[in-house]
Amino acid sequence: MSKKDKNKLFNWGDDRSLFPENNPDGSIDIDLSSHKFVKVWHGPQHPGITGNMSLELTILGDEVMEGRTHVGYLHRGFEKLMERRKYIQCFPIVCRVAVPEPDFNEYCFASAMEELTGIDVPETAQWLRNLVLEMSRLQSFQMWIGGMAGALGSGIVGQWANYCRDSVLDRFEELTGGRIYHMYIIPGGVRGLLPDGFKQRMEQDLKMIESFMKDIETVMFNNAVFKKRTVGMGYIDPLWVDQFGITGPNARAAGVLRDVRIEYPYLKYEELNIEPVMGKDSDIYTRADVRRRELLQTIDLIRQILAKMPNDGDIRAKTPNVLHWKVPEGETYKRAECTRGEYGYYMVSDGSEYPRRINVRGPSYTHAVALLEKMIVNTNISDVAGLMVSLHTYPPEIER
Amino acid sequence: MSLGDTLKPFSAWKHLFKEPLSVKKPLTERPGADRYRGFHKNEIDKCIGCGTCEDICQNAAIDLVPVEGIDTKEGDSGLRPQIDYGRCCWCALCVDVCTTNSLTLSNEYTWIEEDADKFRFIPGADNKSWDHNEKGWKKPENNYEFYALERVEMQERHAEERVQSFIEIIKGYSKEKAQEEADRCVACGICTATCPAHMGIPEYIKAIREDDMEEGLRVLYETNPLPEICGRICTHKCETVCAVGHKGDPLSIRWLKRYIADQVSLDKYKEILGSDGIENNGKKIAIIGSGPAGLSAAHYLSLMGYSCTIFEKLPEPGGMMRYGIPEYRLPYDQIDKDIKYIESLGVKIQCNTDIGKDITLAQLEKDYDAVFAGTGLHLGRSTRIPGTEHENVYMAADLLREITMGKEIHVAEKIVVIGGGNVAMDITRSLARKQKEIYGKVQVITTSLESEDIMPADREEIVESREEGAIINPGWGPQSIEIQDGKVKGLHVTKCLSVFDESGRFSPKFDEAQKDFFEGDMVVESIGQGADMSYISEEYKDKLEYNERGRVVVNKEFQSSIPWLFLGGDIIQGPDVIHGIANGHKAAIGIDNFLRDK
Repeated sequence: MSKKDKNKLFNWGDDRSLFPENNPDGSIDIDLSSHKFVKVWHGPQHPGITGNMSLELTILGDEVMEGRTHVGYLHRGFEKLMERRKYIQCFPIVCRVAVPEPDFNEYCFASAMEELTGIDVPETAQWLRNLVLEMSRLQSFQMWIGGMAGALGSGIVGQWANYCRDSVLDRFEELTGGRIYHMYIIPGGVRGLLPDGFKQRMEQDLKMIESFMKDIETVMFNNAVFKKRTVGMGYIDPLWVDQFGITGPNARAAGVLRDVRIEYPYLKYEELNIEPVMGKDSDIYTRADVRRRELLQTIDLIRQILAKMPNDGDIRAKTPNVLHWKVPEGETYKRAECTRGEYGYYMVSDGSEYPRRINVRGPSYTHAVALLEKMIVNTNISDVAGLMVSLHTYPPEIER
Repeated sequence: MSLGDTLKPFSAWKHLFKEPLSVKKPLTERPGADRYRGFHKNEIDKCIGCGTCEDICQNAAIDLVPVEGIDTKEGDSGLRPQIDYGRCCWCALCVDVCTTNSLTLSNEYTWIEEDADKFRFIPGADNKSWDHNEKGWKKPENNYEFYALERVEMQERHAEERVQSFIEIIKGYSKEKAQEEADRCVACGICTATCPAHMGIPEYIKAIREDDMEEGLRVLYETNPLPEICGRICTHKCETVCAVGHKGDPLSIRWLKRYIADQVSLDKYKEILGSDGIENNGKKIAIIGSGPAGLSAAHYLSLMGYSCTIFEKLPEPGGMMRYGIPEYRLPYDQIDKDIKYIESLGVKIQCNTDIGKDITLAQLEKDYDAVFAGTGLHLGRSTRIPGTEHENVYMAADLLREITMGKEIHVAEKIVVIGGGNVAMDITRSLARKQKEIYGKVQVITTSLESEDIMPADREEIVESREEGAIINPGWGPQSIEIQDGKVKGLHVTKCLSVFDESGRFSPKFDEAQKDFFEGDMVVESIGQGADMSYISEEYKDKLEYNERGRVVVNKEFQSSIPWLFLGGDIIQGPDVIHGIANGHKAAIGIDNFLRDK
């Protein structure tokens, strides 16, 4: 086969004549017996995603014709499990719903209980909750940077980002007693004041992270390879935002403001100076850049919180005895802005000691299943990992 | 895209010459944070084995197991938490909920073992290298509590109001207050184990939380047929051992019991308790004494189908509960409510009948299948110091009985009471009320051998007596009663240094240098009561066995060496109401076992 013929076979360029024609609804008829298509399993273990999730890709050449998300590798049945646990016993469970960013589960669960029971959380505890949520965002963004860089072959940025993340986890460890599962935001309040010297150590870490972020900006964002593989790739149409329920940086990079902290402020966000971080090109690069800027915003917010919060005070409100806390009959939906968008807990109580129903709304469900399946069509297979990471999904929260 | 985009990434090389950020041996060189949730520790002597850690653990990682060298005793289940690290998620809720703060976590987190079973261990009992590690997770401070530590305050009449009359002092909980108090319970059951009657305390407290008074009443009557009475004057050993009491106030178990009984009217009792239409088995039981033991025995025996007749020497049933305890603590209508229900089961109560005089024990043996005697301690004991033979020196038990009977008693303007128990407080406060009525002021001095910290009276009795104007001056040994011109003038006392010797035996020591004189025109002795067993005639006395203290010996079912004669209550155990109730219940089962096959 001559070189020219080889090119003809593998590089179709703009010639789409070999592709099957689209049906009126946009789908295509895939006839596997035609031997034109190949099924490829992308995952469930793949560095392009945090946790286990699989994509069943049907490719033609190196182009994805169809992608189906397969989940279930992490299913632990938490929502159902919680129906058989007393409320306080759900507290150690909820953090496990989204492993890399557990605090939003704790916050949403606790605040839903508090709202239904009619409990006001002490001022100090509210500030501490706010601090922990922003710290959680900080370490989660770092983890994402590592994943994004790693998916596009930049291992060194992943190392830096993970070092930065570990330093935040050190602060988590001294504040909450745990590095990954913090179990800190307990119904009624929080589980401890800031340890001595925490603010200083946090400030040192923030400075270190800022310094690394400058390096990361240089090495990752001003990088020909990174730009070539992200600019103009993975476009999210602003119209899809409401059609799919896209939230967080994925929506903001498309120029649509979706930020619970700004639109529906909770905890102490009204007292903080916070501007939405927006983008407009809505491609992978813009989403990455929005996240980078949001990480810097989070650093600023942590500084604001540490400066404004009281150093002492009650950390937990008076609640019913946790061993038989009956949440009054009713239902509520509580949400918070995590790094991936709107995180929410829908809680239904029948007035007993056990939750009747808890539904976790994790943004990954929308982004990794419905949206990814749409976006993945007609991408090059080598770009699939980058596309997945650019949506910043955590499979554990898909499978509650 | 510019040339810069190609060159700038190479700036990463600048890190090549910096110190590496990673550490070589993370497992050995990095201690956990001060607050780290590492491996469990337990102060095994502080732990009471209440099991709240087991209850809260959502992974069922904790089991309460017996531990060698730790015995079950009052207030301690004798069990200790065993933790399975195959299940534990280190949430530390067990630490936060621990009623004694004995359970904590160290900040150690590495433990290498080949045998997986070793990861199931009993902290504190199985020695571990981290047992003395001071760091790690402890229950947070700053008002961080999983249940309220403070007791819901009981509404009481003010001292000035209550000293005017014998009206009941305690007002009782409202529904909201009772539920709030019931919410504090951790349902460990340490109370049930300690209660002589083993009442289902966590169960009836749960009924209060769920506002199910019918269920509450059913739980009460399973083990205690005198809830109105016990709900007011029980010595509440349950509260002494209450697990919540280790960090805060123990639950008001007694007031909660009273709350349930107060909520249900007597006419609904039979329907709720399902005690209608019990078939009579044709066997007859005689019960001597209508105190708590006799009433309890009668109640449970009638539920088993026996015909019971109670013989009471005094004009009204109730024994010491009516004739020993003042009305301001236990109103008569509440005694009547409990007794009326027992009567409604078919129990006959024959008052003004003195066994031994009106009817002999031999006659009872002839007419009945079995006899239960719960005759109580009605004879006052004397200090026998010089002067006690004077007519104005009284026994507390006699005075209390006469007050209940409505008799006119002698009340002097200044009174000295000798005794430090609850009966001494009862007579102090009763006489205070009488003085207030007659003289318009209270002048009672109560003195006891025991110093205040070891006075046997309930703390609240001492406090309330003082509030009502009585002077409680403990720690003095009575020496003699001063009598001048045939009149009582007061009591000479000597400072008492200690009451018991090193082995715990009664052996008071005095400081002769410290003496005092308590002025009074009347002295009341309240140093304990004795039993009047004269109804047991000589022919039976010899057949009974006695212990070294002179008490009749009975077996576990309260059966004496005369098979048809069962004895219980204060004459056997106590003295208090709840032991009487428990004895009566057990004796009823004993009588049933004795008669079932006859």
